Amino acid sequence: MSPPAAAPPRPRLRTFVATVEDVPGVLNRVASLFRRRGYNIASLTVGQSELPGLSRLTIVVACDDATALRLEANLWKLVDLVEVHELDAHQAIERDLALIKVRADLGSRAQVVQAAELFNARVIDVAPDELVLEITATRDRVDDLRRVLEPFGVISLVRTGAVAMPRAGVADPTLSAKPAAS
Amino acid sequence: MWEVLEQMGVEVVFGYPGGAIMPAYDALPKYRVKHVLVRHEQGAAHMADGYARASGRVGVAVATSGPGATNLVTGIATAMLDSVPCVFITGQVSSHLIGSDAFQETDVTGVTLPITKHNWLVTRAQDIGPVLREAFHVALSGRPGPVLVDITKDAQQGSCDFDPADRRLARPARQRPVRATAQDREDAFERAARLIDHAERPLILAGHGIVQAGAAAELLAFVERTGAPVASTLLGLGGFPATHPRALGMMGMHGEAWVNRAVQEADLLIALGMRFDDRVTGNLKTYAPRARKIHVDLDSSEIGKNVAVDVAIVDDVKRVLGELTPRCKRLDRTAWIARIEAEKGDAAVRDIQALPDTGKLHAAHVIHDLWRLTEGKAVVVTDVGQHQRWVAQYYTHDHARGLVTRGGLGTMGFALPAAIGARFARPGDEVWVVAGDGGFQMTACELSTCAQEGIKVNVAIINNGYLGMVRQWQEMFYGGRYVATPMRSPDFVKLAEAHGLTGMRVTKRAELAAVVEAARREPGTVVIDFRVEQEDSVYPMVPSGADLGDMIRRPHAPPSALVETAADTEEDEVPR
Repeated sequence: MSPPAAAPPRPRLRTFVATVEDVPGVLNRVASLFRRRGYNIASLTVGQSELPGLSRLTIVVACDDATALRLEANLWKLVDLVEVHELDAHQAIERDLALIKVRADLGSRAQVVQAAELFNARVIDVAPDELVLEITATRDRVDDLRRVLEPFGVISLVRTGAVAMPRAGVADPTLSAKPAAS
Repeated sequence: MWEVLEQMGVEVVFGYPGGAIMPAYDALPKYRVKHVLVRHEQGAAHMADGYARASGRVGVAVATSGPGATNLVTGIATAMLDSVPCVFITGQVSSHLIGSDAFQETDVTGVTLPITKHNWLVTRAQDIGPVLREAFHVALSGRPGPVLVDITKDAQQGSCDFDPADRRLARPARQRPVRATAQDREDAFERAARLIDHAERPLILAGHGIVQAGAAAELLAFVERTGAPVASTLLGLGGFPATHPRALGMMGMHGEAWVNRAVQEADLLIALGMRFDDRVTGNLKTYAPRARKIHVDLDSSEIGKNVAVDVAIVDDVKRVLGELTPRCKRLDRTAWIARIEAEKGDAAVRDIQALPDTGKLHAAHVIHDLWRLTEGKAVVVTDVGQHQRWVAQYYTHDHARGLVTRGGLGTMGFALPAAIGARFARPGDEVWVVAGDGGFQMTACELSTCAQEGIKVNVAIINNGYLGMVRQWQEMFYGGRYVATPMRSPDFVKLAEAHGLTGMRVTKRAELAAVVEAARREPGTVVIDFRVEQEDSVYPMVPSGADLGDMIRRPHAPPSALVETAADTEEDEVPR
């Protein structure tokens, strides 16, 4: 059968969690794979995991179902990779941290702080006409805060990209990684 | 390093010394590993590759840092695209100099990252053994491929305790979890068997995986049971005997028209160890529109990459066929075979072999006679271009690993060094290089390696005075403007003689057999300059990106419709 003619594959943001060996060049290998296969990374974070010698990556990519399967299969081929799993969006928690420097003089400061409170964002630095806010929330929530702050004047914004894990009580596929037994 | 190579059963390495690998070379005489000195590191890479393709064992090449390593790159990329197991070892500047732009320093693990299965930088003597063992494991496991180990000079100079009985890898091999449950697997086999039993026009597409997995016997058993005919990819040739009544030969861009028509008319494609490359499928939108598809491949990232499939089985094709064959019904498919045969009859009259001797020399005659005179038993090593397609068409490939040819990368200059590698892998077999005048000149310096090693390789240069494949495209798709394709060559007979080898020349069909026989009798390497018709083209042909059913048939008369196709032809698709 030829590929279905109807319903073109819809790309959507997907989150993969990969456990990799903490060795030089591992991030390069993952990034190189994405670049040469033409996958578009929305965000990629890397940091320690609970396992000694292993790091955990959270990769967010916009792609359709078939591409997601191949992406995962290609990641499995990396020798330094221990495991990779796509997280089910409904059964995962995901957090993105952003620092937002926003214009806030005497006239607008109260409104900016109020907006921040609505989003549970914290004011972490203050100058006479600027504030720095910190927010830790889902990607969408961070986007929303940014939109709310735009009218005041966003001077600069930096965000970490998503980190994610399965919800409490949900079987965690990423835990099957065992430290390399010798 | 040499100790581990001996442990791994390595008999021969191909290499070239230099500053950063000198400590390793200095230790070489103490070991049984034979070293073949090449003339250019690209040659070393292709020799390791040819050795691996001809034998199924791991090929090994050694080079120094910087330019030595970068010269390997073309050969590594060639092995990567065709999944050939090779271990490349390069010297690197001392670890305290890394990152300082030291003399002959190149970030070799960085450069080769996308063209190896994996690579390692080793900076301590005690890591050399475990890393090299892991390198061999990675090269051979799963879908095979090339790996590279970059060893700093201080690691080579250091000392450490080495236990010859130690077989540990740097990291233990990890078993990838198999996602499919036993039930999923059972279902896939069951669905595959039912599709095969119920298909009226099934067609097997046999790829390199058959050869790599050593599954020729299993494929034969599968064909004899299911009655399905077999079309091969270029690298799949030899995986199924070409003289078998169910063998259709090569499909794709330069497959026979009736084979491609069979693909287009099939109601079931059974793809075994092949990856639906664009040279095989042509335009994907119109590819095999009536067929359901079963795809068996070791590499799950190949499933659904180019073609959506109905049943996928991710496993070793040898094991899959062993399980699948007994589940299928015994059928003979008389009607389907008769339909394919009817198409074939039409094509046969256009075959150049049937033409009388006009006194001219056509490449097809040369290649067909090589097959006849060697009784199809030689290891034939090709370069890339017209001669390669003619070898695929006119040499009847009955034996797995009898044809050594690069597929994916299309590397000119591959043939002679790869043949030297094949020679060392199969010392008892006759080895023939078939190369064009262009490709041969890219690595002709390796004739000197043949002379120094005293080995016998027979070299057939299909000399038409053009970069023939590009010239053919210029003729068909670029208004006959032969830009930068006419090529002047040295006197190949004298070139051979200058190396202390034997040179011969053939200009007429009538001389062919006697010269080939004389070459076979010579004890050393022989170069034969076959002066063939200059403007012969390869037919039939599917223009790049066109529908598989739209072939340019022989003798050529490019229909006007093709001019439109030319406009769609992308620059990067021009073969070299």
